[in-house]
Amino acid sequence: MTERSATRSVKIVRRPELTFWEKLYVPQILCGLRITTTHFFRNLLIHTAHRLGLLKLLRAGVTIQYPDELRPLMSRYRSRHRLTVREDGTPRCVGCMLCETVCPARCITIVPGEHPDPNVEKYPVRFDIDLGVCVYCGYCVEVCPEDAIRMDTGILDLSAYSREAMRLDIHELMDPKLRKPLDTCKLDFPHLCAQHEGGMKGSWKSAQ
Amino acid sequence: MLEVLIIKSVLAAIVLFAVLNLAGFHTWVERKQSALIQDRIGANRATIFGFKMLGMFHGIADVIKMFTKEDIVPQGADRTLHALAPFFSVFFALVTFAAIPFGDRLVLGDRVIELQVADINAALLYVFAMLSLGVYGVILGGFASHNNFAILGGLRATAQMISYEIALGVAIIGVVMVYRTMDLSELVRAQGQLVGGWLPLWGIVTQPVAFFVFLTAALAETKRLPFDLPEGESEIVGYFVEYSGMKFGMFFLADFLETIVVASLATTLFFGGWQVPYLLPDGFHFPWGAVLAVPNWLYALLGVASFSIKGLTFCFIFMQLRWTLPRFRYDQLMNLGWKGLFPIAVGNVVVTAVVLVLLGDAPR
Repeated sequence: MTERSATRSVKIVRRPELTFWEKLYVPQILCGLRITTTHFFRNLLIHTAHRLGLLKLLRAGVTIQYPDELRPLMSRYRSRHRLTVREDGTPRCVGCMLCETVCPARCITIVPGEHPDPNVEKYPVRFDIDLGVCVYCGYCVEVCPEDAIRMDTGILDLSAYSREAMRLDIHELMDPKLRKPLDTCKLDFPHLCAQHEGGMKGSWKSAQ
Repeated sequence: MLEVLIIKSVLAAIVLFAVLNLAGFHTWVERKQSALIQDRIGANRATIFGFKMLGMFHGIADVIKMFTKEDIVPQGADRTLHALAPFFSVFFALVTFAAIPFGDRLVLGDRVIELQVADINAALLYVFAMLSLGVYGVILGGFASHNNFAILGGLRATAQMISYEIALGVAIIGVVMVYRTMDLSELVRAQGQLVGGWLPLWGIVTQPVAFFVFLTAALAETKRLPFDLPEGESEIVGYFVEYSGMKFGMFFLADFLETIVVASLATTLFFGGWQVPYLLPDGFHFPWGAVLAVPNWLYALLGVASFSIKGLTFCFIFMQLRWTLPRFRYDQLMNLGWKGLFPIAVGNVVVTAVVLVLLGDAPR
């Protein structure tokens, strides 16, 4: 026991002594004042220039005034989901259920329906994502063979007063600008529509 | 007699208006200056009809908040003293301004008005007496709260203020010795002489050491950073823990008022008060011989402007110091006061006395 402690090398770090110059206080205070004053006048100048519309590229503060000014997101950042849309306004989703199957949080609910185009076969009559459950892993985006679901809306401010309002259905997923409660339904292909007491709404004829 | 009363009332009203507004303005300056120093933006959300005015309305919002908040008096507290303490703080800070000359004589018709509310011949003593009485607000605030932490905070603050008062007073003795007067307006007038025909004989020229001691001690006296142990409200329990609403606001107001008092005093004692370099009552007399005549009203106005600019600069410097320096520990604070500033101040008095005797300037 004693041998071990004798052989253990201990590095003693002494508290650095202040030099005479530092002990005088005043020079060090002036050094500190120089830093703060430089910052003060630099920022004052830039703020004034911003008021006059100059030097817009220089930032005067590190503050990002959040709701007014958004932080730039990485292009691969996983934000709220959306369903991509064909040219005729119907979802690209073919109802293959891969995303629902791969989802570790089981937040996706798909009810497929028959598509009139024999090359497409299926489409989602209902497509729900429960954001209160979603873990934003992005597996659904990776697994999709049709590039039908993406997480690139840049929407971060997800909040709701009820769990029900956290459930996105096909309306909001196809149009990221929509927010609950929805007042109108603009989709004209057959789908399970909350605006329609949860019943089917729309037909393929009106879609074409 | 009535005319004198009216003139004095108007002067007092002007001083109170300026000082209280400046104290309110300080909240804005404090927010914005700290923000600029720390690369932030600062409070800018309070609006009136969509106008933000660079966040200036936050001061008004503060006052509204303070007045509408519940005023809590703790159980078992001395209600009278609890209510009196913040009033003492603000009162003694405000009455100090009475003795501070903010301009030279203003001649209106055949009447000469001294731009100073109270022309006291021992104004310096009066000012320091009032500054010292400010300690009562602190100790009573701690004592009346019926809270052990508040009492300890109050004692700490009192010990600090009394310790630094001594260094403050001794530092001033040097100035009094050089200018041989305790009358502040005479003291300012004496600072108007020129040394060698070009350098104004301001206190900073004759008493530079006293100036630094005074500035440090005065910062401690006003409980500003780096000496804000009594008021480090988020870290240390201070004497006003049990205060809420406008009573708390008054302690805060007193804090800002004392800063302005100290800025005015530093200006008056060390930076020539209302003196403008080379400006005599009849106009500018430049060292190279040029003369520029100035009417009396402009002369008085220039004096007031000079005093204001110097005072505001000091306010700026105090604010800058506040956001630069970290807080002292309590033992460091006491060491600096008793072992640092006090001996320096005494030494300054001795050196000043010797120099005055050698110059044959000493009063016999």
